[in-house]
Amino acid sequence: MTTLVYDKFERFGFGWFVPIIKLMRGEQAGKQLVLMFRNLVIPVVGILVFLFAWHVLAAQIQTSLGTVPGPIQVWSQFQGLVEEHKAERLKEVAFYERQEKRNAKKLAKNPDAKIKVRPYTGSPTFFDQIKTSLITVMVGFLIASLMAIPIGIVCGLSKDIYAAINPLIQVFKPVSPLAWLPIVTIIISAIVTTNSEMMPKAFIISALTVTLCCIWPTIINTTIGVSNISQDLLNVSKVLRLGWFTKIRKIVLPSAIPMIFGGLRLSLGIGWMVLIAAEMLAQNPGLGKFVWDEFQNGSSNSLGRIMVAVIVIGIIGYFLDRVMLSLQKSVSWDKNAILR
Amino acid sequence: MPNEHLLITKVTIDFPTDNGPFRALDDVNLSIKKGEFVSLIGHSGCGKSTVLNIVAGLHQATTGGVILDDKEVNTPGPERAVVFQNHSLLPWLTVYQNVELAVKQVFKGKKSKTEMHDWIEHNLSLVHMSHALDKLPSEISGGMKQRVGIARALSMQPKVLLMDEPFGALDALTRAHLQDSLMEIQEELGNTVIMITHDVDEAVLLSDRIVMMTNGPAATIGEILHIDLEKPRNRIALADDPHYNHLRSEVLRFLYERHANPATKAA
Repeated sequence: MTTLVYDKFERFGFGWFVPIIKLMRGEQAGKQLVLMFRNLVIPVVGILVFLFAWHVLAAQIQTSLGTVPGPIQVWSQFQGLVEEHKAERLKEVAFYERQEKRNAKKLAKNPDAKIKVRPYTGSPTFFDQIKTSLITVMVGFLIASLMAIPIGIVCGLSKDIYAAINPLIQVFKPVSPLAWLPIVTIIISAIVTTNSEMMPKAFIISALTVTLCCIWPTIINTTIGVSNISQDLLNVSKVLRLGWFTKIRKIVLPSAIPMIFGGLRLSLGIGWMVLIAAEMLAQNPGLGKFVWDEFQNGSSNSLGRIMVAVIVIGIIGYFLDRVMLSLQKSVSWDKNAILR
Repeated sequence: MPNEHLLITKVTIDFPTDNGPFRALDDVNLSIKKGEFVSLIGHSGCGKSTVLNIVAGLHQATTGGVILDDKEVNTPGPERAVVFQNHSLLPWLTVYQNVELAVKQVFKGKKSKTEMHDWIEHNLSLVHMSHALDKLPSEISGGMKQRVGIARALSMQPKVLLMDEPFGALDALTRAHLQDSLMEIQEELGNTVIMITHDVDEAVLLSDRIVMMTNGPAATIGEILHIDLEKPRNRIALADDPHYNHLRSEVLRFLYERHANPATKAA
């Protein structure tokens, strides 16, 4: 029972937490202390050294926007962003309350009056922008995965198709998102003429740029996974006379799935990196735009706020990777494989 | 011709290489009766597996062919189930699911769900694996995996059971257990079996006939030995049986005197 709980912690990347629980339960105190030292104390020391170096060095660099902010200033900027978010939410609530009251009054005067409910149009806060970024990267990643896995399967099964597609993969894989973006922008602007509330152009452009950049690792990994299926298993499928689709579903896909998920994990990592650049240029109201706006703004707070964004981007990227890793572990039938 | 169940006629196979075609088998002829247990024995590289793969339909003979119950064999199919040397279970499916995959494919529309379930459990009980239905292949021993491989092949109700060195990768004790299980099952079901083996004792113990192959290239059948020992056979009783020992030395003489392994001769 308890080992199951520990496994859960390990699976979601919180293995460093396990020794603390074990220590509190009094299991093998000596061993747990050693483990805790390695998995918790040493990393914390590393972080503290980094923060100290940052603090000391930052104070010595003068920029056009004042001294480079240290960890303390950045933390206070973060708190400022939280306050702004709370204030904005209060304003939103107040706006809807006023609107409701006004509408109620109207109805009381004239029961047939037409009621308009207007949505609140305040500027997005830092946390709204995080949400937008996450949705954008997920849409781009999803489109990429839906295309990459079938393409990879076909490439893995047929040497000829692989030979036809491989040069294209190799050429397009190293292209920077900044090069894709103008092309995507111009094409999307030509195709999408109405700028709907649900699907703004900037959103589509950012998501598709993510797609174009993060599709490649999944294609390559799926191809390798599928082409490495053991000949014995394919012979089993032949002897059973499995149909093409059943063969894919029952033998090819399960066999390749650890590799596919490895590819998906790489893809999502690249997608998240690309997204920030895409949002900057496409003006999709996510973290990329936040950084760009602060850069253009150039107030004394800007540098600190950009640093908040950098750290948040990093932490979110880390969590996305952990989520993918735990997915990868849960679908991997090869329990001997070491995944980290 | 009466009672011709499986007929291998004038089978020749050439494999393409960079230096032109390589003739692996030359003029292989064999006729097998229903319910017969035939072993193919010979040195490594003599084309035993190729014969089996041609019968399985995984390889195509260059000339000649295989006829099973008056029908020519060209493609693989479940009526010629194969037990592979390294078990070839799907590692992501449990023991039960591995057999289920075969049963669902072969008996689709012929058996009801409960019939299929009973049939899967029946076949796994034949190989004494009822206790591990929900285990993954990685959680059971090599011998157990091979048992499941046999259960999967049996569950297809094949006309011919093809076994490619089924016990080659197992230790001697496990191998003996599985040989006993196989004798029991064959006694009960009367399958026609073609088995490839390196093991002289295994061949004499299990077979009705032993087909001894000459060395490649252009390997063919050298001699066929009838094993007229009474069934059921008991390995301990046979150990002191002079006839058994005579048959055994016949095979050994063929393998080590008349057709010694070319590799060892050179050395």
